[in-house]
Amino acid sequence: MPREAYQRNLKELQDEVLVLGSMIEKALERSMQALKGRDLDLARQVLAEDKHIDKKRYEIEEQALDIMSCQAPMASDLRILLAILSIVTDLERMGDHAAGNAKIAVMIGDEPPLKPLIDLPRMNDRVIDMLHRSLNAFITHDAEAARKIVPEDDDIDNLYDQVFRELLTFMMEDPRTITRATRLIWVGHNLERTGDRVTNICERVVFMVTGKMEELGVSTY
Amino acid sequence: MMNQLFKLDKGLEAIGGETSATKPPRCIIEVENLSAWYGHKAVLKNISVGIGVRSITALIGPSGCGKSTFIRCINRLHEVAEGGKVAGKIMKDGQDIYAPDIDPVDIRRSIGMVFQRASVFPTMSIFSNVASGITLTRIWSRRRDLQDVVERSLRKAALWEEVKDKLDQSGASLSGGQQQRLCIARAIAIEPEIILMDEPCSALDPISTLKIEELMLEIKKDYTVVIVTHNMQQAARVSDWTGFMLLGDLIEYAPTREVFTVPKDKRTEDYITGRFG
Repeated sequence: MPREAYQRNLKELQDEVLVLGSMIEKALERSMQALKGRDLDLARQVLAEDKHIDKKRYEIEEQALDIMSCQAPMASDLRILLAILSIVTDLERMGDHAAGNAKIAVMIGDEPPLKPLIDLPRMNDRVIDMLHRSLNAFITHDAEAARKIVPEDDDIDNLYDQVFRELLTFMMEDPRTITRATRLIWVGHNLERTGDRVTNICERVVFMVTGKMEELGVSTY
Repeated sequence: MMNQLFKLDKGLEAIGGETSATKPPRCIIEVENLSAWYGHKAVLKNISVGIGVRSITALIGPSGCGKSTFIRCINRLHEVAEGGKVAGKIMKDGQDIYAPDIDPVDIRRSIGMVFQRASVFPTMSIFSNVASGITLTRIWSRRRDLQDVVERSLRKAALWEEVKDKLDQSGASLSGGQQQRLCIARAIAIEPEIILMDEPCSALDPISTLKIEELMLEIKKDYTVVIVTHNMQQAARVSDWTGFMLLGDLIEYAPTREVFTVPKDKRTEDYITGRFG
């Protein structure tokens, strides 16, 4: 007699990880929107919603704990649960990075813009796309797809390099821009770290599918 | 520097889950192409496996997969069952235990067995239950020596403290868990090298089960233990190597950690995750 209720619970839990993932995607999108459009209300909304992200993460952890303690999962099921516990931690931290960017939007407030934001939104879009595909790889248990995403983190690192160098030039040319430029560097750094966490998710997907823990990506930062 | 370290680390590739040997490094039993039948019905099909010395080997699998038959072949009990037939080799320390010049009684003396239901002799005292194996095989005669062996065996079976003041009481007066430990003491008393356990905890409560499991971990320092169990958690908790059997075949045999985290065969995976039963 297959354990139908247990398998259903395990499947539902994996779906919950996708729900958390979509909350993160939304937070990333909206924090950048707030930065670009200088929309302080939207930024404050992102900050407030970070609590929901934290709550969702704990709910998932609790459900994983329930399954572990009551159902004694083994083999691939156990690896799924371990992967989930690790992935939700990374997702929650990504949520913090998104909230960090929203906070920077609030700090910038109505200061005159240093420059039009181009590379940072590009970084943000790339990271969101990578995150989306990493969670697809998770839900479809596709280790190959997860492996393919990892090298893309180099592009994020390169974009960050570009942003950093450009903002440094601004600061050298006019020290009055230091505060504003530094804030934008923080935004870039948050996105760079978010990219690294996507890499972590990919590593966990590979572990979940193959049972092998592999260091797939070596970040420049 | 950090990046260099990471690169070195990456070169190591897999951190966990790498499959190692196909049998334990030092085997006390080597089974080669073992098949067994009840009449015309094949219950074991061409099994080859090595049992590690002074370790715990667990056999898991659904009912009727041949686990019990397998361990009954190891101490030549299968052949006494009606229609029981065996083919293939079981080597113990390099000697075929099915060779014509081997006395099965000698085999059973060095390969003891503990059954699912505690097989305590109800009319005998606790003392006599433990001593029975020795007196039957007449390897001990002096009362003083016998007392020493009984005490030592009961201590090894973690039962001495509970029964030392009532050794003359009937073995049947003990609880189920105590009776099972009494059977283990009786098996230990004749100083076997291997102890086979056929679902020793299936009739016990969780606390008694825990005591038997602790006992197994303790006695594996001196003995080789092979346990048949339906309880996969038990196999995962106590054993060093695990074999998964299905319909008379040994599907997978590997270090326990590997079987329960990264099983190689889909059938093992399906069984231990409860996708079939």
